[in-house]
Amino acid sequence: MLKFPIYLDHNATTPCDPRVVEAMIPYFTNNFGNAASRNHPFGWQAEEAVDNAREKVATLIGADPKEIIFTSGATEADNLAIKGVFEMYASKGNHIITCNIEHKAVLDTCKHIEKEGGEVTYLKVKDNGLIDLAELEAAIKPTTILIALMYANNEIGTIMPMKEISAIARKKGILVFSDATQAVGKVPVDVNKDGIDLMAFTAHKMYGPKGVGALYVRRKNPRVKVTAQIDGGGHERGMRSGTLNVPGIVGFGKACEICREEMEAETARVSKLRDKLENALLRIEESYLNGDKEHRLPHVTNISFKYVEGEGLMMGFNKEIAVSSGSACTSASLEPSYVLKALGLGDDLAHSSLRFGLGRFTTEDQIDYTIEQVTTTVNKLREMSPLWEMYKEGIDMNNIEWAHH
Amino acid sequence: MAYSEKVLGHYTNPQNVGTLDKSKQNVGTGLVGAPECGDVMRLQIEVDEATGTIKDAKFKTFGCGSAIASSSLATEWLKGKTVDEAMKIDNMEIVEELNLPPVKIHCSVLAEDAIKAAVNDYRVKNGLPALKFEESVVH
Repeated sequence: MLKFPIYLDHNATTPCDPRVVEAMIPYFTNNFGNAASRNHPFGWQAEEAVDNAREKVATLIGADPKEIIFTSGATEADNLAIKGVFEMYASKGNHIITCNIEHKAVLDTCKHIEKEGGEVTYLKVKDNGLIDLAELEAAIKPTTILIALMYANNEIGTIMPMKEISAIARKKGILVFSDATQAVGKVPVDVNKDGIDLMAFTAHKMYGPKGVGALYVRRKNPRVKVTAQIDGGGHERGMRSGTLNVPGIVGFGKACEICREEMEAETARVSKLRDKLENALLRIEESYLNGDKEHRLPHVTNISFKYVEGEGLMMGFNKEIAVSSGSACTSASLEPSYVLKALGLGDDLAHSSLRFGLGRFTTEDQIDYTIEQVTTTVNKLREMSPLWEMYKEGIDMNNIEWAHH
Repeated sequence: MAYSEKVLGHYTNPQNVGTLDKSKQNVGTGLVGAPECGDVMRLQIEVDEATGTIKDAKFKTFGCGSAIASSSLATEWLKGKTVDEAMKIDNMEIVEELNLPPVKIHCSVLAEDAIKAAVNDYRVKNGLPALKFEESVVH
């Protein structure tokens, strides 16, 4: 029996795994201590729980526990990494390289850096969503202090070539920061093998709770430092003050442990379902895959259904199926997705896109139902689309003088 | 954002979807919006030449649910009206009828523009001068 609504928006957030919730519960009530209380058992208990969690988080990414700075989430970690490096390494230079499909938490932080006198290069991605390594190399200046590139993209799931990126950076002595929010817990991420110096990620994208994330900060080869952005009691080795969110951190640790143990099996299962969904939807006439088919996360697909508008499409089934769209109508700005536009998609195709994010609890029945609903709705809306009618009549829509708003 | 019952009703059961023969003398066609903006509406009216009333209206819309509902509602309202009465349909009436939120007002503006474009197409076809309107300003 299918239970509605079906959740296929796992790139937005994930449900907490019940095992994570179970691990967290004691830390709200009996074990409520402040991890910074050094002189009584309540504090010791909390500190021990945090240490345990820190170890699990570090293990998942191949780091040392001392290299994990807990934050309120990936946005804060992005801010701390970029602003923190910019301030700490001001004497070495002021130039940062990033790309145009980064998350807003990175792009807006870079805009802030520009206002503070920094210089930022925004690399343009190719039409598959990956950067050109030669362009990266060419963008490096003597003043470059940081390369900030996401591990995996949140809209199209493409995975950047982190090893190649860090090899280029290493040669020039430039630090590498990666927003790995979408990748950690989904694909094997290893800060040493990948050559990453700073990395942001968060619990709620990997079946942990909201409100807790981490910044990985390398301690040797090279030893990296960031200037704190939140001042206070000197928690987290002085890099991020504030009483630790002990239940959240415990949940984060448990979530990391489960991801590490189950990643391989989960990837095999979820990618099979994703491929089934994707293949079926790409059989619909005039539907297109956005991003790169090879270098990408196992659980996401982004497809444009030409001549149908994304929000209108979602409305056909959004009481039963939760997905998201790059359509402008879903945002207050009325601009379609900047990520899809960066791939060179016309605004019309960007307006016609849906993102399907599968997860740990997605079933084959849910996928079968989704295929049926999406196909039916696309066909229904095309019957009432003037663009579809023109396409079918062979009218070249580029020759029509549209009234642009 | 939740949709109003009326928007949902039109979306689920759109009225007057279809195409009229645009080559006919008594059919006016309005095509407004742009694919890049995420909405395109085509609205057509067929006028009873003896009475000057609109005897049929059809639409096809590429757009969100509110755009589909606005054009569906417009075709319902057009039927039985004279061409002059059709010109008086104001986008705010559509907003009120469908309970459109502020972010969707442009859908109603587009529907009003489509009506005016269809009427003007009919007028020009029949030797009447096109009526001028203040340019609708949207976002």
